[in-house]
Amino acid sequence: MIELQGVQRVFRVGDQEVHALRDIDLSIAPGEYLSLMGPSGSGKSTLLNVLGLLDRPTAGRCRLFGRDIGDLDDEAQARVRRQSIGFVFQSFHLVPRLTTAQNVALPLVLAEVPRAERNERVRAQLAAFGLADRAEHRPDELSGGQRQRTAIARATIGRPQLLLADEPTGNLDRKTGADVVEVLEKLHDEGLTLIVVTHDPDLGRRAHRRLRMVDGRIVGDERAPGAHDAAR
Amino acid sequence: MRLAEELAFAAQSLRAARSRTLLILLAMAIGIAGVTLLTWLGESGRRYVTDQFSALGTNLVIVLPGRTETTGGAPPLLGETARDLTLDDALALQRSDAVLRLAPIVAGSIAVTHGSREREAMVLGSTAELLAVRHLELGSGTFLPAGDPRRGGAECVLGQTLRHELFGNAPALGEWVRLADRRFRVTGVLASAGRSLGTDLDEMVVIPVAAAQALFDTEGLFRVLVEATDRDSVARATADCERILRDRHDGELDVTVITQEAVLSTFDGILRALTYAIAGIAAISLLVAGILIMNVMVIAVSQRRAEVGLLKALGAAAPTIRTLFLWESLLLALLGAGGGLVLAEVASRVAAAFVPELTAGTPGWAAAAAFGVALAIGVGFGTAPAVRAARLDPVAALARR
Ligand SMILES: Nc1ncnc2c1ncn2[C@@H]1O[C@H](COP(=O)(O)OP(=O)(O)OP(=O)(O)O)[C@@H](O)[C@H]1O
Ligand SMILES: [Mg+2]
Repeated sequence: MIELQGVQRVFRVGDQEVHALRDIDLSIAPGEYLSLMGPSGSGKSTLLNVLGLLDRPTAGRCRLFGRDIGDLDDEAQARVRRQSIGFVFQSFHLVPRLTTAQNVALPLVLAEVPRAERNERVRAQLAAFGLADRAEHRPDELSGGQRQRTAIARATIGRPQLLLADEPTGNLDRKTGADVVEVLEKLHDEGLTLIVVTHDPDLGRRAHRRLRMVDGRIVGDERAPGAHDAAR
Repeated sequence: MRLAEELAFAAQSLRAARSRTLLILLAMAIGIAGVTLLTWLGESGRRYVTDQFSALGTNLVIVLPGRTETTGGAPPLLGETARDLTLDDALALQRSDAVLRLAPIVAGSIAVTHGSREREAMVLGSTAELLAVRHLELGSGTFLPAGDPRRGGAECVLGQTLRHELFGNAPALGEWVRLADRRFRVTGVLASAGRSLGTDLDEMVVIPVAAAQALFDTEGLFRVLVEATDRDSVARATADCERILRDRHDGELDVTVITQEAVLSTFDGILRALTYAIAGIAAISLLVAGILIMNVMVIAVSQRRAEVGLLKALGAAAPTIRTLFLWESLLLALLGAGGGLVLAEVASRVAAAFVPELTAGTPGWAAAAAFGVALAIGVGFGTAPAVRAARLDPVAALARR
């Protein structure tokens, strides 16, 4: 599903070059559950952004869903994000003036799903994420865990194949973080390809494939049944 | 994104920034209301003036001494050496059957005294016909006597204000007033006519034309007012006047004959231009409103960088982002314009209730123009911020908190 070959991402800051990604080769199959760990500044977020088509690599080949993303123009990339990719961020990124229901509905609004169908899907999604009674609340009236669940509900309402989560529990306490992880893993069980960036070793160990990055390189790629598989 | 959704999204962001939105709407409304009201005032004024002109009679032909138009031909050797337009010239015009009546006019300014009171006043030397030609109304007494205009009598007719200034509340009819070294008997007082075409009839004194000629020691007339028999004979009267006067002046056309309608259309044009000029100056406030809209949109974009990044992550392409922000500035401009029109409509109706000369209600085209202008402002000042939002790099926009 994902095929990276010799991918580089170089940022130019003044006359200095920052190599955020160096020579990344990576292939990910549908339905995988990956964790991505490594020290701060090792390039985890940058890699996730490249995989999510938010950032273009400086060099290298990148195939996604069977298509070379270098061939896609901005509009086509936006369509791929709309149809196939979901993002979850550490700081939730809910639109503060919109209600929970409206935040969750955003991807369907962008995809021009008719209103009746949209309302129905939002209602079902909120129910599935235990947010039904918070539908008309605004983000500042929600707890951290509810906010992240809203964000995940939004990321997955468009039925993407790939879910990219950048430190999804980074702003949550342990208990709430565990709840959120449970929600993500349930989505993976339903067939979603899940990539989670985390600093939490316990969380990292739950994945069946664990990548380790240092200084822009992938230095570890460990496959073993994770804690999540064991729990099943 | 569907149009309805785009509008709802933009409207919701405007609602979220309530006080900012209201201030911009106010600025826009004031700008539109200002331009609309000033245009309306100018239009009302123009209509008032042209109505006044029409009330004087559109059959009026005015003969002026001298040639003010350049009609080509050899230029006069020593500048403008126009011959006087004499009383006999004026009376000769009566020969044309297109001329119903005419009033020769000598005008000047002189001190009028009665007892110890003295006023500087406009003197109009004319004939009995003036009353009919200028559609004047008498308040009391009689107008100048009919008879041979070449013989100057000692009658005079006072305007309302002048009468009051000279006589106070005392009766004026039959009294004598002094103009320079001559005495005139007041035979009549004009009804209050108000201002008409820049001359305040209320402050004038009308005396026989020959008396005025003697008073100012001049043969020449200021002008001759000619009333054509009807509207259709105005052109014929004009031609006749020119022909008769050319014959009397050795074949040289040294007078100018203008029709009331020509004056009317000139005035109309001038006042129209004035209206546009005033409206143009008022339009500066619209420019200010536009800049405010741009300012507020620039602030909105920088405050909502994360939101833009998110929308891009959710799959919004750059054009969608641009459209969303453009709708916001357009809504500001259009809603503001709507408010401004309502404001102008109400203000004009209230004003018209107090000033009957004003037409009630703003002209219909003002609404169309206001929305056109608002559209231009919304797009013109909203595009730059919207393009800026659309160009934001999603990674950078999401990273900054
Ligand atoms: N826009 C940018 N301009 C310049 N340098 C950048 C930019 N974005 C990232 N970098 C650099 O690229 C490197 C990788 O950054 P990245 O955000 O991917 O790290 P990370 O592994 O996600 O770190 P963290 O765990 O702290 O989130 C860092 O050295 C960072 O300073
Ligand atoms: Mg990071």
